[in-house]
Amino acid sequence: MSESTDLIVVGAGPAGMAAAVTALAGGLRVVLVDSGTAVGGQYWRHPPEHARAAIPTDDLHHGLREYRALSQALSAHSRRGRLDLRLAHHVWSAVREDDGFAVHVVDRRDAPRETAGVLRAPRLLVATGAYDRQLPFPGWDLPGVLTIGGLQALLKGGGVAAGSRVALGGTGPFLLPVAAGLAARGVDVVAVCEAAHPLAWLRHPGPLLRNPAKWTEGARYGATLARHGIRVHPRTAITRAEGGDRVTAVRIASLRPDGSPRLGTERQVQVDAVGVGWGFAPQLDLLVPLGCALTDAPDGNAVVAVDGGQRTTVPGLYAAGETCGVGGAALAVGEGRLAAESVLADSGAAPVLGRRGLSAVRSAVARQRGFARAMALAHPIPPAWPAWLSDDTVVCRCEEVTAGAVRSACTGGGAHDHRQVKQLTRAGMGWCQGRMCGPAVHCLTAQEQAYTPAERLVATPISLGALADIDEEH
Amino acid sequence: MTLKVVVVGAGVVGAACAFHATSAGLDVTVVDRGAVGSGTTSRGEGNILLSDKEPGPELDLARLSRALWDEVGEELGPDSFELDRKGGLVVASTTEGLAALGGFAARQEAAGVRVEPVGEVRDVEPHLAPGLPGGIRYPQDAQVQPVLAAAVLLRAAVERGARFHPGEVTGAVTGREGRVAGVRTAVGDVLPADAIVNAAGTWGGEVGRRLGAPVEVLPRRGFVLVTEPLPPMVRHKVYSADYVANVASSDAGLETSCVVEGTRGGTILIGASRERVGFDTTMNPAVITRLAAQACRLFPFLRETHLIRSYRGFRPYCPDHLPVVGPDPRAPGVIHACGHEGAGIGLAPATGALVTAHLLGRPWRGADPAAHTGLLPNRFLTSGGAPE
Ligand SMILES: Cc1cc2nc3c(=O)[nH]c(=O)nc-3n(C[C@H](O)[C@H](O)[C@H](O)COP(=O)(O)OP(=O)(O)OC[C@H]3O[C@@H](n4cnc5c(N)ncnc54)[C@H](O)[C@@H]3O)c2cc1C
Ligand SMILES: Cc1cc2nc3c(=O)[nH]c(=O)nc-3n(C[C@H](O)[C@H](O)[C@H](O)COP(=O)(O)OP(=O)(O)OC[C@H]3O[C@@H](n4cnc5c(N)ncnc54)[C@H](O)[C@@H]3O)c2cc1C
Repeated sequence: MSESTDLIVVGAGPAGMAAAVTALAGGLRVVLVDSGTAVGGQYWRHPPEHARAAIPTDDLHHGLREYRALSQALSAHSRRGRLDLRLAHHVWSAVREDDGFAVHVVDRRDAPRETAGVLRAPRLLVATGAYDRQLPFPGWDLPGVLTIGGLQALLKGGGVAAGSRVALGGTGPFLLPVAAGLAARGVDVVAVCEAAHPLAWLRHPGPLLRNPAKWTEGARYGATLARHGIRVHPRTAITRAEGGDRVTAVRIASLRPDGSPRLGTERQVQVDAVGVGWGFAPQLDLLVPLGCALTDAPDGNAVVAVDGGQRTTVPGLYAAGETCGVGGAALAVGEGRLAAESVLADSGAAPVLGRRGLSAVRSAVARQRGFARAMALAHPIPPAWPAWLSDDTVVCRCEEVTAGAVRSACTGGGAHDHRQVKQLTRAGMGWCQGRMCGPAVHCLTAQEQAYTPAERLVATPISLGALADIDEEH
Repeated sequence: MTLKVVVVGAGVVGAACAFHATSAGLDVTVVDRGAVGSGTTSRGEGNILLSDKEPGPELDLARLSRALWDEVGEELGPDSFELDRKGGLVVASTTEGLAALGGFAARQEAAGVRVEPVGEVRDVEPHLAPGLPGGIRYPQDAQVQPVLAAAVLLRAAVERGARFHPGEVTGAVTGREGRVAGVRTAVGDVLPADAIVNAAGTWGGEVGRRLGAPVEVLPRRGFVLVTEPLPPMVRHKVYSADYVANVASSDAGLETSCVVEGTRGGTILIGASRERVGFDTTMNPAVITRLAAQACRLFPFLRETHLIRSYRGFRPYCPDHLPVVGPDPRAPGVIHACGHEGAGIGLAPATGALVTAHLLGRPWRGADPAAHTGLLPNRFLTSGGAPE
């Protein structure tokens, strides 16, 4: 099958699903690869197929109609042999080769067994999404302290609530669905600490007014939270987690405009789990080594630069969804469709969306990007966040590197960015390769610049035996 | 008056030059367009090897360097740059290979290298594959963390009076009789200099050209594999005897012969491929799978071990695979210290001492210019003074 593939799509989240379905509708043969065991990505994360009946999650989701339509289209194409759906396949490297791309995968369907393989196609679309941006604070490494994305993934993917008394903190609208989802599963959400000022939105009212759907969504979460008596505390933050074997309490403080805690406002709240989220960082592991240009997004991340048709600067390489900037599932779907239309056009195939349809998608994407921009500007990382850290706060958990060590690499060692800090301290050299601590180390060293992740030539750990086996075939 | 020296490049070689030259009382400024160690120094593995070197000018420099690394360790603390005197183990995969290795080791021994034939290699490395016919242990082989080594050497130089000047060197200012008088940077600074040390590594050819003293330094790409951290499983730096042939080879194609070693952090490093592809940074998965296969053949337990990272760099090499260290007759005042290929970390302290000796006009810390004439740039120059 992969002999005659027209397009490989990596990532079966909202962006990758929409892209694959559009490309298939246009007559292309597609391979859709995802490391997860089900399509849907982060937004439409579901329990594995066999557990769905036992773990109802429909009430936690939005836009399920779209999800079902896309899933059904994928299944239909898969039955007809037009789609090769590779779930539990992780791409560890993607490279240019001759006139196309070689996508190196590790098949984990029989985990822990790993089998390596290669897929080839003239065009490649990368829709690998984003992951939680974490900022350390004293106590963040205690068991029971999670990211809000992690809390949400447990809930949607396994019906599991991480605790019974949960405090949430960080910034951004994503706090609301997580609070609402936890409340819907009977969790006592004892605090929702939003670091930003609620009126920050008013500085950019235009995008808000142009996106009425977001109003409705926000109002719906607001109603759920009100029903459960949950209040969002603006301009506050979880500045410390406390406990022995696991977290038992958090300290919450009011913040000054620069994000430093107001003296005397700190209070202690008993909890058994904590979720913290400071927005997302795009997953660029496959794109950076392919050499495509990046650009700065307003949330402080470098993202892939794309043209109006989601083409990267590398010919034949497209990107959609949160690799191009964080903006929610609806935007990801729109970008996926635009990317697939470009693939169709560039391969000489007829478009799927009519001219009207295409321009409707384009203007929705533009509107949602405007909204994402306003959201990013209203929910910055508090500039004074580094002041919350004591010198012994661990920043890189894999290699146990402290904030003090990072600071002295900058002052004493002359390091100017997270890559140099890594060389001097080992921060980011462990199992996660700086995927977790990279943004935080960056904020401690060069907060004024956008975060460009370190180049990672290996996108997921892979056993040497699996690699050795494909070498022996040659 | 104190001699003013500008060292171009703050890799491990430039840092070692600055360290020795300041220790000798010279006035030193180090210029780099990036941070300390951010060039090829951050891309290597940090092996200090005698085992892979044939008797000749490079081995002579390597033996001196090995002793000087110990001195640096005594002066600045061996832990500050993770100096680990672990020793190397070269294993043969066939009996013919073992015989060839034995002959090679005998010549090395005659040149002053300590060699210890090993019959049962699993006695010294218990996790090696069964059935290997034997090998040679090289107790002098050692390891450092290259970026820390460069940073520690440069910091010591700065504490002794050297300066670090960030900037890109674009040319030399010349004075009377064409002697260098200074270094020009991209932003227009001129740093006064009586001597300029070209320690620009893989970019040494280009920097030489800008200083009016072109030398041929080319890139040779290499990938290194890094595994997840493990409890100690590999004690020595272990490699197969084929490696020795590859190091000296001039073939254009891909050559791999894996070198396996543990690090202080618990990760295992597997290196390194050798490809002549210019400065092409493209990932080459075929190299990764080949190195993985070779490493698993040496150490079968690695099959279950995960690769978490790979990185690549460009070794600086001269056409005859020897570094170029010494004054350039075409540009009085310019001293080259580049082209160390896959051995620049190991050779750094001796290179720094040798450059200092050239600057002083007398031996320094065991480095006598008269003993290292095989490294002089003259070897590339015809009588007319132009490169061949
Ligand atoms: C943990 C988490 C939970 C989230 N929950 C919500 C939520 O509940 N509500 C909400 O509005 N937004 C949520 N978001 C934001 C959400 O990411 C987006 O709005 C939306 O899912 C983006 O769609 P996407 O297609 O760009 O990426 P994603 O949905 O992230 O999809 C990317 C897919 O690519 C796959 N992938 C990545 N790398 C590889 C690789 N190398 N090989 C193979 N496959 C790969 C991943 O497995 C994933 O399925 C969440 C984000 C995160 C990180
Ligand atoms: C995969 C691999 C594995 C290796 N393994 C080993 C090993 O195990 N043991 C070993 O001894 N060696 C090893 N090496 C080789 C070793 O890394 C190099 O020989 C050594 O780092 C060279 O050091 P350097 O200081 O000469 O060069 P570099 O570290 O590259 O320093 C040169 C500096 O010059 C600067 N520069 C260049 N041009 C200019 C300019 N115009 N103006 C200002 N600054 C400039 C650069 O920014 C750079 O910092 C390996 C190399 C590779 C690629």
